[in-house]
Amino acid sequence: MSTELPEGKDAAVKLADSDFAADRREHDVRSALLDYWGRIRAGELGALPAILGLAGLILLFFALRPNTFLSNQNIANLFTQALPIVILAMGLVFVLLLGEIDLSAGVASGVCAAVMAKLIADSGQPWYVAVISALAVGVVIGTAIGWLVAVIRIPSFVVSLAFFLGIQGITLKLIGDGGTVPVRDDFIVALANKNMPVWLGWTLAAVCAAGYAATQLLRWRRQQARNLHSRPVELVIAQSVVVAAALLLGTYLLSQDRAASPLIFLGGVPWGVPLVGVLLIVCTFVLARTPYGRHIYAVGGNAEAARRAGINVTRIRISVFIIASGFAAVSGIVAASRLNSVTPDAGGGNTLLYAVGAAVIGGTSLFGGRGKARDAVLGGLVIAIIDNGLGLLGTKAYLSFLITGIVLLFAASIDALARRRRSNTGR
Amino acid sequence: MNAGDAWEPAARASGPQALPYGPAAPSGPADPPFPDGAARVSRPANAADTLTAHDRSARGDAARWEPLGMAVTPVLDLRGIDKSFGSVKVLHDIAFSAYPGEVTALVGDNGAGKTTLVKCIGGIHPPDAGEYRFEGRPVRLGSPRDAAALGIEVVHQDLALCENLDIVQNLFLGRERRRGIALDESGMEELARRTLSGLSVRTMGSVRQKISTLSGGQRQTVAIARAVLWDSKLVVLDEPAAALGVAQTQQVLEIVRRLADKGLAVVLISHNMNDVFAVSDRIAALYLGRMVAQVRTADVTHRQVVELITSGVSGDLGLRR
Ligand SMILES: Nc1ncnc2c1ncn2[C@@H]1O[C@H](COP(=O)(O)OP(=O)(O)O)[C@@H](O)[C@H]1O
Ligand SMILES: [Mg+2]
Repeated sequence: MSTELPEGKDAAVKLADSDFAADRREHDVRSALLDYWGRIRAGELGALPAILGLAGLILLFFALRPNTFLSNQNIANLFTQALPIVILAMGLVFVLLLGEIDLSAGVASGVCAAVMAKLIADSGQPWYVAVISALAVGVVIGTAIGWLVAVIRIPSFVVSLAFFLGIQGITLKLIGDGGTVPVRDDFIVALANKNMPVWLGWTLAAVCAAGYAATQLLRWRRQQARNLHSRPVELVIAQSVVVAAALLLGTYLLSQDRAASPLIFLGGVPWGVPLVGVLLIVCTFVLARTPYGRHIYAVGGNAEAARRAGINVTRIRISVFIIASGFAAVSGIVAASRLNSVTPDAGGGNTLLYAVGAAVIGGTSLFGGRGKARDAVLGGLVIAIIDNGLGLLGTKAYLSFLITGIVLLFAASIDALARRRRSNTGR
Repeated sequence: MNAGDAWEPAARASGPQALPYGPAAPSGPADPPFPDGAARVSRPANAADTLTAHDRSARGDAARWEPLGMAVTPVLDLRGIDKSFGSVKVLHDIAFSAYPGEVTALVGDNGAGKTTLVKCIGGIHPPDAGEYRFEGRPVRLGSPRDAAALGIEVVHQDLALCENLDIVQNLFLGRERRRGIALDESGMEELARRTLSGLSVRTMGSVRQKISTLSGGQRQTVAIARAVLWDSKLVVLDEPAAALGVAQTQQVLEIVRRLADKGLAVVLISHNMNDVFAVSDRIAALYLGRMVAQVRTADVTHRQVVELITSGVSGDLGLRR
């Protein structure tokens, strides 16, 4: 195959009938936008619902609570509120990519947090021993669920429903009815309650923005050099600018003074945020750029085809449950940090609903095969805003439950309708 | 790399980091690797070596052919293969061989067990009993991966593609090229395009299209491309032309012939007698899960093959009454 870019009119004619014309055609912004529009109409929504949801909710709550909703104090609150949801949802994305579900991820985060808190408070263990133990508990839970689903072939919703009940029992036994384990370890408390120095926040944000732009542009250049399928450079730049703007705006908002008293300064990016950033980068890399991630998508898309391609489907199935429960442990630790304590109902209630909702709102399909790590972040922010905004409005508990339930159903409907649309339009 | 080789598989020969072509490597214009015109039919004429199931059972031996004069080891040699699903016995004492450089057509009515036999060959269903020899050595396939490792590629009747992945991702599924721990996307995309161009695929807009956006014929081509991408020894195609139009069918037959001429053993399942006679060197007929005849294509007529398919016997060929 010719690798030179054809020149002149003759070449242009040849190009039109040559193989893979779309790969060789120079994409311009217009054709790329038309392409994007076509994909949206065909049901490939991507991040669009989450971004529209974010914008709509911010406007809504700002209109209803103009003084409090966008206060420096509340914005920081929003981010720390989103942290455990996002982490839990990011682990669930792996499970959802296979078209499976882990209903026990919420309470698993609770029991892991309980183990960590007990080890520090009762046994006087250092924080890292406690954290590693909590992660180990998560891995054990995930292995058990994964084994039952992948080897015994019990539907995941039944296995994880059983674990949902059983794990709550274990947490109750660990902590005792009505008990509370305080979390006072400096390191753990700092995760959700302490902030990075302002300069460090800015530096990290700048480095991330530059790093993102650099990887995108380098990939574009490599694709151009080898005459591979690529997007128009304008779009690559625009996307890098948007990501950089989001990072810098977030840093700016979190760097404002939010102390109640004018005498002290309280500001900076909470330490949990870079933790989520690292998880996001790692998960994105694993899913999009490694054979393991590719195999997850393959198993989610067509498990039999994956098996025939020589992929060890059982191992992939077990591994995603381990990842989900491992992330649940991290999420539980961050939640415990935020609340400074662990109670028997940690990770219960609407924790799981929030996390699944976050992933689905972000664009991960419940039917498997579609989803990204960033979905957890976008969807997690949407969920956190709903939770936070309803709190500010003083909504009664029963109404909060109702509203979150409806939001989840709404997101799932969009997912199902988009899927139908895709199959109708052959996508 | 010259244009005629452009479609040639290079994947297994080269290590993961050493691409056989570089960004700077000049390559020729896109010549279709298959000359236009009908599939070339090269069949060694041979009259005397027809063995039937009936002769075989009389001698208690598996069917064997020795191509004219010289002893060629069959790439694939199955004997006494049984396969049951629960209480339903689908394959009875199957003997089947495929020779290098030859196209063996596997024919039989719907439900005769062709697909089941193919799945046994491809390591998807382990046979219940029988001997499986590959290049003369007895082997035991535990999984499709084992089959691929031996050099067996199967194009399944139901294609087995992941609709949520794109063409390149499907072509390399399970055997991705890596650079360090990451995927070598560029290398895979280049090789995918090369392979597809070699198969004269002109209808696809982009190798980065998702499978879900492709037509049936295009999907078929992707499935075939996946089998010829690797440096394999045996390619099995289960009804590859079932979903195709006239021109595309012709193209598939050309690919089949071309693979055999390269020295691969090819097994082709088809219901179309014209296709079978146009391209095959041997015909193996399955009837209700039994191999009723394995003959040279040159030695039989359309009518005989149709009779074998529909009733299991034709003259002195086939099941003993
Ligand atoms: N997984 C299975 N379980 C039970 N029966 C099967 C299975 N696969 C195939 N069969 C049966 O085996 C017989 C042969 O099927 P198949 O090999 O698909 O035939 P062909 O490909 O020749 O049309 C059919 O009767 C079919 O119902
Ligand atoms: Mg079949």
